[in-house]
Amino acid sequence: MSQHTVTLYPSRQFKDNARSALGDTELRHSLRTAMDFLMAKRLSAFPDENELETLRTLGETIRQRCLAKLPTLLEQLEAKLTANGIQVHWAETPAEANQIIQGLIDRRNGKLAVKGKSMVSEETELNHHLEAHGVTAVESDMGEYIVQMAGEKPTHIIMPAIHKTKAQIAKLFSENIPDTPYTEDVDELIQIGRKALRHLYMKADVGISGVNFAVAETGTLCLVENEGNGRMCTTVPDMHIAITGIEKVVEKLSDVVPLYSLLTRSAIGQPITTYFNMISSPRKEGELDGPREVHLVLLDNGRSQAYADTQLRKTLQCIRCGACMNHCPVYTRIGGHAYGTTYPGPIGEIISPHLLGLENTSDLPTASSLCGACGEVCPVRIPIPEMLMRLREESQRPANEHVAHPLRGQGAGRTGKESIAWRVWKGVVGKASHYKLFGWTASHLRALTPVNQPGWTQNHVPMKPAAKTLHQLIKEREAKRS
Amino acid sequence: MTANTPDSTVSGKPGYPTDVYLFGTCLLDIFMPDAGMDAITLLEREGIRVHFPMDQSCCGQPAYTSGHPKEARDVARAQLGLFPEAWPIVVPSGSCGGMMKHHWPTLFAGEPEEALANALAARVVEFSDFLLNTLDWQPQDQGQPAKVAVHTSCSARREMNVHKTSWALVDRLQHVERVVHDHESECCGFGGTFSVKHPDISGAMVADKANSLQNSGAVEFVSADSGCLMNINGKLAKDGNTRFAGKHLATFLLERTGGKS
Repeated sequence: MSQHTVTLYPSRQFKDNARSALGDTELRHSLRTAMDFLMAKRLSAFPDENELETLRTLGETIRQRCLAKLPTLLEQLEAKLTANGIQVHWAETPAEANQIIQGLIDRRNGKLAVKGKSMVSEETELNHHLEAHGVTAVESDMGEYIVQMAGEKPTHIIMPAIHKTKAQIAKLFSENIPDTPYTEDVDELIQIGRKALRHLYMKADVGISGVNFAVAETGTLCLVENEGNGRMCTTVPDMHIAITGIEKVVEKLSDVVPLYSLLTRSAIGQPITTYFNMISSPRKEGELDGPREVHLVLLDNGRSQAYADTQLRKTLQCIRCGACMNHCPVYTRIGGHAYGTTYPGPIGEIISPHLLGLENTSDLPTASSLCGACGEVCPVRIPIPEMLMRLREESQRPANEHVAHPLRGQGAGRTGKESIAWRVWKGVVGKASHYKLFGWTASHLRALTPVNQPGWTQNHVPMKPAAKTLHQLIKEREAKRS
Repeated sequence: MTANTPDSTVSGKPGYPTDVYLFGTCLLDIFMPDAGMDAITLLEREGIRVHFPMDQSCCGQPAYTSGHPKEARDVARAQLGLFPEAWPIVVPSGSCGGMMKHHWPTLFAGEPEEALANALAARVVEFSDFLLNTLDWQPQDQGQPAKVAVHTSCSARREMNVHKTSWALVDRLQHVERVVHDHESECCGFGGTFSVKHPDISGAMVADKANSLQNSGAVEFVSADSGCLMNINGKLAKDGNTRFAGKHLATFLLERTGGKS
């Protein structure tokens, strides 16, 4: 087994991370501007509300149908891909996935890998693993290239460097790319990056990419991208390794059309991306280009846990558009890094507990006001607030309580103090006579209301009961009338 | 309670309700009771008999959204028997209304009270929705010309789908200009226990909401949800703001139409 283990403990740092992000005015400004832009773009891409809702329903139906047949579709996918000459590998854990990929690269004595964007490879921290085993992995998506250069993780699943300003990128490039003058001209910056990357495609031993849709019917890997780097990674080097989660399989080629439309329009308001790659085999005899070997690594990493529970299974409908982040008032204020997970924002809050266990993520499902903006824009109608409430319940459920599909880390968010508080609350509010007495006492003793109310008085004046409750006012009015 | 006799000229319309229940909500009961009385007055003025079951307390939402559905169910169960007549149950809060209408059926699924909870849920109407769409409220605005902003709670907007009803009611006031504030559809950061579990994030959200309302050009703002009002007003007061504050929609509408002299 690999020495490298994935060490994400978001709950230990979430509140501290959030606090420091909130204090970073430059970050706050970058995020707000970017999210406003992305929200406006999405809106303009769906001018017809009826079409949008019809398409969302279609997207939801397709994803649910594919998930309902997941085990069969995965078998079919493997058979079709194998018949097409694409080798399929199964990994239960991130460590296994890394091991498989490293083994494949080692077989060719590979030293350099170029990577197209892949969040699943972020999930397994593949780059670090390869680095530790003598393989250099270079990110070729411009945003990923920037965050890799900065030694960071992506802050957004679609726009990895959305938190960075032009000036920050200019500085990074001038300091890290040889013979690069400082410039804040966006076009120049992109050309500098593209030039630096271009020769790496020729030198690379292997190209690594993600997958947006894996089609069971035809054995096709679909890859959505805008920069052409995905095509370079998957066609120039002699070996292409794709990695994705087991939930990405769709039944038919025709399922891809509406999902693709929903994906690009929801993500960045584009009707279609500049590149749409359909990878169906390695180079065939007589063909002049294309990789000689193509591999697909299918990763579970906790997805089976979500799958086992019919309600939580909806989490796996996700097509990774990032619209929930763009519309989330929490994400907009703290950015992706604060979450400390591969997937930030609302979708991260409902996926991460399966990937990392509730013991490491118990703060995440609570980091939402349940405003519902995420669920409202989700292109496949994942009821994200409902998922969050369910995860809160599992996080508060006593660790030893038996349930049909226990989640890893059940009860991790439970504290004696909070459990007692809710029992007391129930005792007071759940019985009319107790509640009336409580109301009477709260209003009559309002002068004694604590001035320090933990959490609340940080931002507000203390909550103070009115002099008379509504119950009392109505009773008095009744008395006057009779 | 049985209030004064309804005005027969109004209640004579076909399909027009004669009686409603009011579910006052616990926040409003304890912290903003005047808004509850104002809602009652507005309804009675339209010829409706308002019944307030004295044994009511809370819909159970705080525990439900905090991951304690058992406690939430016990509290909600205590409300189920309080509305025996087939009258609408009017709730002056989108968020409590959303809990009763959309989450009670889930909360009681498979429980002995399932059918009753479903039947009650179907009768729950948010206050502004009832005033506008059931009563077709036609006000005579007696106030001075004023610019006012409206903050709609996320539950009202996304669960109850009634964000346009508050706007429409305010728009019916002849001398009120409703102004839109920046990022109007964004959450104020309350979210029940979210505001105390994540005070840093919630604080940043309410600070932005308070700023945007103040910068809207409005002299005050209204909302039909007491949670949002406590959050935003609590923040404004904490910042030492004494000139700008929010009001419950019921209070505002009653004031504008001469009902609070």
